[in-house]
Amino acid sequence: MKVITTKGVVKVYNPDKIPVKALNGVDLEIKEGEFTAIVGPSGSGKTTLLNVIGGLDRPDEGDVEVGGHDIDAMSDNDLIDFRKEHIGFVFQAYNLIPVLTARENVEFVMLLQNRPKKERRERAEELLRAVGLEDKMDKRPSELSGGQQQRVAVARALAPKPDFILADEPTANLDSKSSANLLDIMAELNREEKITFVFSTHDQRVIDRARRIVTLVDGKVSSDEVRGE
Amino acid sequence: MLFRLAWRNIWRNKRRTAITAASILFAVLFATFMEAIQKGAWDHMINSVVNYYYGYVQVHEKGYWDEQAIDKAFPLVDSLMKLDEKAPEIREVLPRIESFALASTGDHTSGVMVVGIDPERENSMTSLRDRISKGKYLEDDEEAALVAEGVAENLGLSLGDTIVLISQGYHGVNAAGKYPIKGLVNFGSPDLNKQMVYLPLPVAQYFYGATGLVTSLALKLDEQDDIKPVLKALYTELDTSAYEVMDWKEMLPDLVEAKTVDSAGNVIVYIILYLIIAFGIFGTILMMSKEREYEFGVLISIGLHRWQLGLTVWMEVIMLGLLGALMGILASIPLVWYFHVNPLRFSGDYAAAMEKFGFEPIFPAIFEAHIFLTQALLVFIITALLALYPIFKIRKLEVVQAMRA
Repeated sequence: MKVITTKGVVKVYNPDKIPVKALNGVDLEIKEGEFTAIVGPSGSGKTTLLNVIGGLDRPDEGDVEVGGHDIDAMSDNDLIDFRKEHIGFVFQAYNLIPVLTARENVEFVMLLQNRPKKERRERAEELLRAVGLEDKMDKRPSELSGGQQQRVAVARALAPKPDFILADEPTANLDSKSSANLLDIMAELNREEKITFVFSTHDQRVIDRARRIVTLVDGKVSSDEVRGE
Repeated sequence: MLFRLAWRNIWRNKRRTAITAASILFAVLFATFMEAIQKGAWDHMINSVVNYYYGYVQVHEKGYWDEQAIDKAFPLVDSLMKLDEKAPEIREVLPRIESFALASTGDHTSGVMVVGIDPERENSMTSLRDRISKGKYLEDDEEAALVAEGVAENLGLSLGDTIVLISQGYHGVNAAGKYPIKGLVNFGSPDLNKQMVYLPLPVAQYFYGATGLVTSLALKLDEQDDIKPVLKALYTELDTSAYEVMDWKEMLPDLVEAKTVDSAGNVIVYIILYLIIAFGIFGTILMMSKEREYEFGVLISIGLHRWQLGLTVWMEVIMLGLLGALMGILASIPLVWYFHVNPLRFSGDYAAAMEKFGFEPIFPAIFEAHIFLTQALLVFIITALLALYPIFKIRKLEVVQAMRA
């Protein structure tokens, strides 16, 4: 069972100046295949929690285990390899590589995994078709709309067949139609590929689609609600 | 893929690429031009000085140069006059017998250098005939003298007058003679102008009591590059226990030193130039690193190792450096060629001062491949070193901080 577990996670920014406790003892367990939204007001620690889970940041206290791996015990290089194999990121600002086409962006992480060219190409095309961008494969990010870019970002996150997708405010810059479209795609991939999705969001449309809602307030889990699909 | 990424990143911001490549181009262009003119000027000056009197290479009896005494004269055998057959780079062999004498007329006396020459051979290298300001050039064995204008002035002599020479000849014999002045010679250099007296070789040999002997053989070569093969050939052909073979650097250490001092001064100019170049390129790299911090954070977060990212950015800068350096070479070639064919010519007081010392007041640019390659390589190395900065930044990059930027 590939789960995410955090135990008593504390993260303090600016410890030497004006300390800000972004996470203040977060205990959480996210099971395989969940479609979880982490919600809360700005500054509640949503993004920090995703960063800590994804190994982009290290907790000051507590333990983080992702798919049975102790994130804090890993070296920087091991973490990069771990992310490459097991975690897909979707960022608020899409963060595609501007000089690569949609197809190349999706292929990029697979290339870092040394997957054969044919496999990379097939997977990239399959994913871009799945997110409805079969006619935009050779376009660069600057030639795509925000919604299209975010769909490429989702395809990129899914390309290495990760166990977890961590999405930080994925719909924040999208209009309603693009948001709905993106959520449909992610929900479908969640169902079909059994990938665990964890979102940080304040977007009600995302919250409405989530099957579990974890609310953070002042760096602590204040409520954890599991809903039916 | 990393290479493709780097290549495309270069063209992502065309204006920045153009500015960086142009700054490298102008750096290479300026440095190449400066070095080409500086080396060209020195080569021209050395060529003038060497061909003015010394020649690129001389042969003497062993130990002559340290003492420069007439007793160190040696027989001018046929084989020595045919050295040009042993080394094709030798264009002419100029036999000379040289020593100091006292010149006098009436109540006036003056120390002079009396040189016995083969007039035609001497003229082929030093263009002595062209320096005649009054009178005519020497014939092979006539009893006549060419006198530098300064000597004539000191002694109150003019064309057709007789100059009396007294000296100590070979192995202590008394040397004395009187010679009609056939021509006055003008040397730009005041030193030469105050001391030179030329006689035909057999006449001077007789004067010094050294019939059949010479003190030096000056060798006429086309260019400095010929020195090495000539020295090699001479060391093989000549008995080095009896003869010494010297190139101009050994004979004119002051000139070598002056060149070294000038080059050292130029090193400071080069350092300033390279510093300006380096800061220009560094500014671009710094701006690029700062501007792309966010992107670096993203790339690391999606699985690109720091060394891979560093390599990508390094390749970008290296490619920019190569592009700029190549464009710099291409731009330098016509410029340097133009000043090689049409040398800078000075006029006014500076030119007059140079001419006074016997130098033509022109600065031709040297046109040699190594000048272009060296400067392009240096600028490229500076760029490659500066390209290490983003690698350092990427190594220290805080991914989360970068993505907050």
